[in-house]
Amino acid sequence: MVDEQSFITSVFRFYKLMKSNEISLVYEGEITHDITKAFTALTETTMNKEDESGTTQRKVFHVMVECLQNISKHAEEVQSGKIHKEKRGVFLIHKDHDHYGVTTGNVVANDKVEDLRKSLDHINSLDKEGIKQLHKEQIRSGSLSEKQGAGLGFIDIVKKTGNPLLYHFLEIDETASFFIITSRIERIK
Amino acid sequence: MDIIKIQGTDDTPTVILDVQNDIFQISGRSLPEDVSAFYDPILEWLREFAESSHDKMTFGFKLEYFNTASSKLILDILLKLEDMFENGKEVQVKWYYPEDDEDMEEAGEEYADIVDVPFEQIPYED
Repeated sequence: MVDEQSFITSVFRFYKLMKSNEISLVYEGEITHDITKAFTALTETTMNKEDESGTTQRKVFHVMVECLQNISKHAEEVQSGKIHKEKRGVFLIHKDHDHYGVTTGNVVANDKVEDLRKSLDHINSLDKEGIKQLHKEQIRSGSLSEKQGAGLGFIDIVKKTGNPLLYHFLEIDETASFFIITSRIERIK
Repeated sequence: MDIIKIQGTDDTPTVILDVQNDIFQISGRSLPEDVSAFYDPILEWLREFAESSHDKMTFGFKLEYFNTASSKLILDILLKLEDMFENGKEVQVKWYYPEDDEDMEEAGEEYADIVDVPFEQIPYED
C-alpha cells in the first residue's frame, strides 16, 4: 500500500505537470478502435471550444488516428524475457501557443530499433517533394503491412504537418526499448 | 445488379452503388477498424460491374477524412475504374473536396497522377 500522503502529493504534482505542459489528454493502456474513436471525438470537442481552425483540427485528428493505429499495429511487450505483440502504450496530447503535439510511447524489440531509426531518419531528411515521392511509392506498393515498421502512417504525418518527427529510444533491458515519438502540428489561425 | 447502400457512421463512409439510378459515390469519413472487410464487398461489386454490359460510370468521392489504411483501398477502387476505362467503358471520376481543405485537394491530385482515368477535382463549400 502506497503511503496516502505521498500518493496525494504525486497526484498534485501530476496535475501541475499536466497544467504547465498544457497536456489535455494522457492515457496509458490498451489502444483499441473504440479508444481511438473516443479520443478523437474528445479532442475535436476541446478544439472546437478553443476555436481552432478547421485546418488545425483536421491535421490533429489525422495525426491522432495514425499514431494510435501505429500502437495498435506495432506495439510489443516483454514478458519473462520474451517479446510479444501487445496493443499498449502511452498517448498524450499537449500544446503550446503555436503548436499541438501528439506523443506516443510504446515498447519495441531492440532488434527492430535500428531499422525504425533508419526509416525515421530517412523520412525526416526529405524535403516536401521527397516526402510526396516516398508517399506515392508507398501507397502504390501492394500490401498494407509494412515489414520495417515506419510505413505510410509516419510518412503521411510528416507530409501533412510539414514537421519532422521527434523520437527517442530508451532502453528498458537487453531485449526491448521504449519508443517515444512526437508529431507537431502548427496552430493555423 | 444489386444495389449497395451503406449508411455512414463516424468511422465508415456512406456508400451508394446503384446502377438503376446511376449513382456511384463514397462520402464521409473512412477509418474502419478492418479496412479490408469494409472495402472488399465494394471492390467485388466493381468487379461484377466491370464484367457486365453496363458501359458508363461516374464515380464520386466526397470524403471528409480517410486514414492511411483506407488510402490504399481507395487506390484499389481507382485502379478498378482505370481497368474499366482501359477496357472501353466510359468512366469518369469526380473528386469533391472542401474548398479550404488543401490536404484533400492534394490527395485528389496525387491519385489523379497515379491512375489513368478522366479525373475531375471539384471544390465545395464546407
